[in-house]
Amino acid sequence: MTMPLGQKITFYVLLIVSALLIFAPTLMAFVMSFMSNKDILTGSMPTSLTLDNYRQAFSTFPLMQYLINSVVVSVLIMLGQLVLSSLAAYAFVFLEFKGRDILFYIFIATMMVPFEASVIPNFHIIRDLGWIDSYAGLTVPFFAMAFGTFLLRQNFKTIPKELREASLIAGMGDFKFYLTVVMPVAKTSLVTLGVYGFLTSWNMYLWPLLATTNDNVRTVQIGLKQMQTQEQLNQWGVIMAGAVIVIIPTLLLLFLGQKKLQKGLTEGALK
Amino acid sequence: MSTMSPATKPYEDMQLAFEAERRKTKTRNFIKGILFLLPSIILFSVFLFYPMMKTVYLSFFLTDASGATTVFVGLQNYIQLFTSSIFLKSFKSTFLFVLYIVPATIIISLFLAVLANEKLKGVGIFRTIFSSTMGISVAAASVFWLYLFNPTMGLLNEILGFLGMEGIGWLTDPAWALVAVSITTIWMNIGFTFLILLGGLQSIDQSLYESANIDGAGYFYKLRRITVPMLSPTLFFVLTVTIINAFQTFGQIDILTQGGPQNETNLIVYSIYREAFVNYQFGAASAQAVILFILILLMTALQFKFGEKKVHYQ
Amino acid sequence: MKNIEMTDITKSYDKQKNVLNEINLTIGEGEFFVLVGPSGSGKSTLLRMIAGLEDITDGIMKIDDRVVNHLPPKDRDLSMVFQNYALYPHMSVEQNILFGLQAKKVGKEEQRRRLIETTDMMGLGDYLKRKPRELSGGQRQRVALARAVVSQAPVCLMDEPLSNLDAKLRASMRVEIRRLQKRLGLTMVYVTHDQVEAMTMGDRIMVLHDGSIQQVGNPIELYNEPANLFVASFIGSPKMNIGKAVLNRAEGRLIVEDELNINASESLMSDIPNDASITVGIRAEHLTYATKEDATHFMEAVNVENLGNETTIAFELNNEIWTVKWPGQWEIEVGEMVPVKISCEDLAIFDTGSGRLIRAAKRVSKGAVPV
Repeated sequence: MTMPLGQKITFYVLLIVSALLIFAPTLMAFVMSFMSNKDILTGSMPTSLTLDNYRQAFSTFPLMQYLINSVVVSVLIMLGQLVLSSLAAYAFVFLEFKGRDILFYIFIATMMVPFEASVIPNFHIIRDLGWIDSYAGLTVPFFAMAFGTFLLRQNFKTIPKELREASLIAGMGDFKFYLTVVMPVAKTSLVTLGVYGFLTSWNMYLWPLLATTNDNVRTVQIGLKQMQTQEQLNQWGVIMAGAVIVIIPTLLLLFLGQKKLQKGLTEGALK
Repeated sequence: MSTMSPATKPYEDMQLAFEAERRKTKTRNFIKGILFLLPSIILFSVFLFYPMMKTVYLSFFLTDASGATTVFVGLQNYIQLFTSSIFLKSFKSTFLFVLYIVPATIIISLFLAVLANEKLKGVGIFRTIFSSTMGISVAAASVFWLYLFNPTMGLLNEILGFLGMEGIGWLTDPAWALVAVSITTIWMNIGFTFLILLGGLQSIDQSLYESANIDGAGYFYKLRRITVPMLSPTLFFVLTVTIINAFQTFGQIDILTQGGPQNETNLIVYSIYREAFVNYQFGAASAQAVILFILILLMTALQFKFGEKKVHYQ
Repeated sequence: MKNIEMTDITKSYDKQKNVLNEINLTIGEGEFFVLVGPSGSGKSTLLRMIAGLEDITDGIMKIDDRVVNHLPPKDRDLSMVFQNYALYPHMSVEQNILFGLQAKKVGKEEQRRRLIETTDMMGLGDYLKRKPRELSGGQRQRVALARAVVSQAPVCLMDEPLSNLDAKLRASMRVEIRRLQKRLGLTMVYVTHDQVEAMTMGDRIMVLHDGSIQQVGNPIELYNEPANLFVASFIGSPKMNIGKAVLNRAEGRLIVEDELNINASESLMSDIPNDASITVGIRAEHLTYATKEDATHFMEAVNVENLGNETTIAFELNNEIWTVKWPGQWEIEVGEMVPVKISCEDLAIFDTGSGRLIRAAKRVSKGAVPV
C-alpha cells in the first residue's frame, strides 16, 4: 500500500527533526573538535577548521597509549568471552551429563548479579593477585558471560543433532567437532557476540577506573576523564577531539553491524 | 535365585559388564561436560559467586582501609544506612532518577522506533542515527553534555538566553542537577532501547496490518490495537532492562557532578564507590551493595516471571 | 561382510513404557533389510541402537558375532544416511564426502582414490567445490549417499533417506539405492514409514508397531500371508478390506458385517476354531466384477474414482468402506448397486480378539498367464 503524500511528508519531517535532536550532541562534538579555541570561547560559528585540537590531544596526553590499551583490553575480553561462552554453550547443547540442567540454571542466575554489587571484593581479589594496573586485571573478570552462553546456546540448538551423530559415526571427538563444525557453522552468532563484547568492553568505565592507577594500562575512557579533569583551561576543542577518537571505533562497529546486532540482541533477550 | 541354571550365567555376567560399562560412560560424559564448562565455572566462582558472598559477609563488619574486617557489627551497617540522612537521600535520588528516565526513555524510543519502522526511502540512515547513541561511551557522552550544560558557554543556556530566559546552573543547582544527569542518561539509553524496540516492531507479522488495512483501520487505530499489544513482551523487556541499568548508573555521575551538589546526584552505585574507595568504609559500602543486589534481583525475577509467559515466539 | 543379531533388545526411557519390546532379529550379510512401521513405532530408535547412537536398555546386540552393546559408533564399522542428510553446511561437497575419512585418518592418496571412485559412481564430479545449499534436494541426497559409500563400511544404515524428495525423484532413487547396495554387497538396514518403499526395496521386511515386531518376511509373504490385522492393513495399497464376520456352520454360510452372505467351503469351516470370533479380510483385487447373472453379491457404490487405466470404487458395507480397483474405465453412478463376485477362497480369516491370522487367502494374484 502506498502512503498518501501528506502522511509521507509528516513522517519525513518528524524523522528529520528527531534525527537532528538525537544527533546534535555528537555532531556538535565533532564540529568542535575541528574548531579553534577562540571560536569556541566566543561561541561563534566555526570560522576555520583545524586539526590542532587532535595534535594537541595526542601530544599533551598519552592518547595513543590509552587507545592501544583499550584495543588490547577489548579484544582480550571479546576473545575470552567467545571462547568461554562457546565452550559452555556447547556443553549445554551437545553433551548429556548429570547436573547439566542445574548448572544451566546457575549460569542463568549469574545474570541477576550486577557487577557493581560485587565490585568491592573483586577489587580486593585483583589487588591480592597483584593484577592492579595489568591487562589481566582489566580483562579476566569479564571472560565468563552468562548472556553470551545463553545467546550461543540458542544458536547451537538450531544446529541439527544429526550433524553430531554423523560425526560420531565418523569417529570425531567432541572437542574437534566443536572446533571444526560448530564454530564455523555458528560464525554469524559469534560475530554478533564478538561485536557486542567489544562494544561493551570498549565503553567500560567503573572497573578500569578502579583497576588502573597509571597511564600504562589506563583505557581510553578513563583517559578521557583524565583529559577532562586536567584540562582546566577550557580547552574544549581538545577534549572533544579526545571524545571523538573514543567514539569512532564503536560508532563504526555499530554502523557496520547494526542489523546483526539488533537481531542478535533481540534473540538473546527474548528467546 | 540359588537354582540359577548354568545356561543363564554368561547372560547375567554380560549384564553386569554392561552395567559397569554404562557407569563408565556416564562418568566419562560427566567429566567431559565439566571440562567444557570449567573455565566459566572457575571464573564465575572467583569473580562472581565468591565476591557476592564476600559482599554479604563484609556488610556485617567494620573494616580497615585495606578492606580487612576489624569489628563484627551485625546489622549495624544496615541500620545506619536507613537512619543516615546521606544514605536516605541517595536512595531517594536513585528512585527519583529511575522515575525520571524510565518512562521518558521508553516513550521517546518507542516514538522513534515507530517512525523508523515505516517503509520509507532512506529510512536506514535514520535508523543508524537513532541507534548511534548506543555506540557512544559513558565517558564521551558525559563530556558532550558537560559542555552542553556549561553555565556560561554551554549550548543549552545559550538557547535559553536566545529565548530571553535566564540561564540555569544545570550541574550546580540542586534543583536541576538530577534532571541534567537524567537528560544525559536518557539520551545515552535511546540507542539501545530504540534498536530493541525496532527489532520487536519488525518481528510483528505484516499480515496483521494487511488484514487491518482491508478492514479500513486508520493509522492510530492500528498503532493502538496491533502494534502496542504485539510489542508488549519487548516493551516489558525494555522496561526491566532500563530500570536495571538506571540502578547501575555510575559513569555520568563521576564525570558530571561527582554526586553533588549537596548529594543530590549521589546515586546508589556512586555512593558505594565513594564509601568504599574514597572513605574506605567497606562495610557500609557492602551493605549498600547488598541492597542494590536485592533491588536488581527483584527486577530480574520480575522479568523472568512475567517476561517468559508473555513472549511471543516468532 | 557382516550380519547383525539382536536378542531381546528392549528400550525404555526413564523406566517409562517400553519404546521397544524384546526384539529378536537376525539380519544376514548382504541383505537389504527394511524396518517399516507408522511413526512412533520405534523403528528409528532400533536403527539408532544398531548405530550406537542410542543406549540399549536391555538385551544383546551383535554385529559380526561380536557384542557391541557399548561399542562407540565409530568402532562399529558402519555408515549411516540421515533423513535430513546431515551435511555440514560450511563444507564443500568434497569436504563433506571426505569428512569421515579424515576423522579416521585415512591416507591422503587413498582418500583421493576413493573420492574419485565414489563421485564417478554417484555422478557428483561436477559439484565437488559447491556448498550443500547450492545443491538441489536430489544432489544433496547423493552427497549423503556418497559419504556412506566412500567409507567402505560393510554395514549401511538409512533413516528415511527419501522422505524429503518429491515423488518422481523418490522412485528413481529407490532403484539407485537398491542397485548400489547389490553392487557393493552392503548389509543394509533401511527405515521407512512408506510401505511402498518397503515392498519395492527390501529383501526382507520387518513390520514394527508400538515397539513390537508384527511380522518379518519377504515382501510377498507379508502381502499374501499377513500375520495379523495390523500387517494386513499396513501392507498393500489400497489397504485390505476388513469386516467382522459370523460363521453359520449349519448352513455353511459366512455372514460379513451382517450384510454379505458368503458360501463357506468345508476347508474354511474346518480351519476356523469353534468358538472363534472372526474378522475377514479381502484384497481389493479379489473383489472382482461380475455380470448381473454370475454376480454373488450386489454392493452399493459410494465413491468412484476414474483414473483412466483403472477405476477405484468404494462400497459401503455396514460401517466399513470397502475399496476395489478394477482395470479400465467404468461408468458407475454413486448409489448404484454393483454386481460383484466374492469367493471364500480369497478371504483371509483373522481372530478378532488377538488380530492373528487364522487362515490366509488361498489364491494369490499371479501374473496373468497368456493363453
